[in-house]
Amino acid sequence: MSLPLFLAVREIWHNKGRFLLISMVVALITTLVLFIAALAEGLGNGNREYIENLSGELIAFQADVDLSASASRIGRSRLNEIRRIEGVADVGQVGFANATIVFDDGEDPLDVSLIGVEPGQPGDVSILRGKPLRGSRANEVVIDANVAARSEIQVGDTISIRTIQGASEEFFQLYVVGLSSGQAYFLRPSLIVPFQTWDKIRPQGVNERTDNGELISNIVAIKLINPDQTVQMGRLIAERVDNLEVADRKTAYEAAPGYSAQQSTLDTQRYFSFFIGILVLGGFFQIQTLQKVAQIGMLKAIGASNWRIGLSAMLQIILINTLGVAIGALGSLGLGATFPPAVPIEFSRDALTTAVIALLLIGPAGGLVSIFYLLRIEPLTALGLAQ
Amino acid sequence: MRKEKDALRAIDVTKIYGEGDMAVRAVDNVSFGVRSGEFIALVGPSGSGKTTMLAMLAGLLTPTEGVVKIAGNNMNELSEAKRTRFRGQRIGFAFQASNLVPYLTALENVELMLRINDTYTRKNRVRARELLVRLGLEERLKNYPEQLSGGQRQRVAIARALIHEPDVVLADEPTASLDTERANEVVATFAELIHEQGRAGIMVTHDLRMCKYVDRVVQMVDGQITHIISEPEEIERMAANSEFQME
Repeated sequence: MSLPLFLAVREIWHNKGRFLLISMVVALITTLVLFIAALAEGLGNGNREYIENLSGELIAFQADVDLSASASRIGRSRLNEIRRIEGVADVGQVGFANATIVFDDGEDPLDVSLIGVEPGQPGDVSILRGKPLRGSRANEVVIDANVAARSEIQVGDTISIRTIQGASEEFFQLYVVGLSSGQAYFLRPSLIVPFQTWDKIRPQGVNERTDNGELISNIVAIKLINPDQTVQMGRLIAERVDNLEVADRKTAYEAAPGYSAQQSTLDTQRYFSFFIGILVLGGFFQIQTLQKVAQIGMLKAIGASNWRIGLSAMLQIILINTLGVAIGALGSLGLGATFPPAVPIEFSRDALTTAVIALLLIGPAGGLVSIFYLLRIEPLTALGLAQ
Repeated sequence: MRKEKDALRAIDVTKIYGEGDMAVRAVDNVSFGVRSGEFIALVGPSGSGKTTMLAMLAGLLTPTEGVVKIAGNNMNELSEAKRTRFRGQRIGFAFQASNLVPYLTALENVELMLRINDTYTRKNRVRARELLVRLGLEERLKNYPEQLSGGQRQRVAIARALIHEPDVVLADEPTASLDTERANEVVATFAELIHEQGRAGIMVTHDLRMCKYVDRVVQMVDGQITHIISEPEEIERMAANSEFQME
């Protein structure tokens, strides 16, 4: 074992309690950071999952609604106008509504997003198990993975949907034909139904009518011939079709009400947690260094070089920090596994990796001041002298 | 003046702190040498410059004027990094408060010098253990400094100062925290090992009674050497008559 590692490990071992305490502080900071990251991911996914996975590069909204899907209304007649534009491969109407799945066995009802899509057209979802939707009017439904996780519904089951029609509740029976990946929208798990079925069962007010009986969707999913031309095509479609605003998927979900504010709030909390971690570790190791001035002076006096002493301190910081991050990460994952699916906590590999790497860096970052201080300690202090 | 065969030579060494009217000559034109196998005491009252002198001999402080040579190497000409390495290899230290590493056992504290010098071999580890056994610490090898008495800690420090076979061994008030009996034990053992192993030993001390174990006494006052006593009878007489420590 090299001298720096030997000194680092022996000191940690001799002062286990003190170092374990600081590791536990790191573990708690890690837990906080990872849960905030997981919450940001979970809430973000709950808002954007369907849009992010949409089979189409562009989304058309009604103009002047600030890209709000719930406020947007686009009639079916506009579809042909969009489809005719050179560069557009295909289009599909997509509608959003709320509904509730009710269960016969007394299980709590499950609130869901009801998404109407045109089978096989942009906006339709890919299937993991079972079959895709077939006809536009069929009483069929594809459940997303979130519905599957939060209920015992399986492909082949018939489910009962409750919506408000006029002033009264109505129930509709839908046959589950397939299971898709997570398609959450507006923080709810999703049911994907054929567009005309959606239009029939979605909540509607009394005497609500569409213009000329035309099918109205919230948005139109647009698939391009060349997916790399989103900017040019978005501009072209908005120019050619009146009263339309076009956005790519990212812009669309970032424009969802509250999405950006929510994400930036969580990001701010995360960055503050990192900052607190740097200060806590920095403070601890600085105090530790101040207590060891004479000892460090002695080590330098008897021939230990600056870089070996500095490396030893850095190794110590890295070991303590890594232990804390490992305990915190494993604890967070373990704790996260006990949460019910309804809690929007999602430990995605990318977010977890980024957070853990950042947490592993806060130790050395926090310890830098103490290392610089340590390097400046004079060996003369061993003799009670100082220049 | 001693010749090149000295393991350590201080030639016209001066150390001035501050500048202009504020300048203080802590050490003023001091010259002496120490041969291998010779043990000398550097004595003097507080503020006489002996600790500053020791720091310059160790290469911890650069003289304002003059030269310190250890085994023929001019310490002034070495870079900071080379001087640190040189100290690790050629100089042994025993400090006032023993200054052991608190989280290392007695044996590990001695072995620390082997690790610093990258000579942590099985053979040298055996030597470290034997040295501590010889110093009467056989039962204390795995004890931490906090579990040792002051005398035991100082003996560990002596073992650490000698284990890497340095040319020069420097001790700064090694008996400061010990009672008379322990102080005599420690310095007697120190002197015995220095003579036996042929090291050049320099001990800074207030306690003139400890001079009976040395071969020569160099007395400093106000930064200058005032007396050098080499005759054994004279040293014996000085140690015997001094029932006090120098103020």
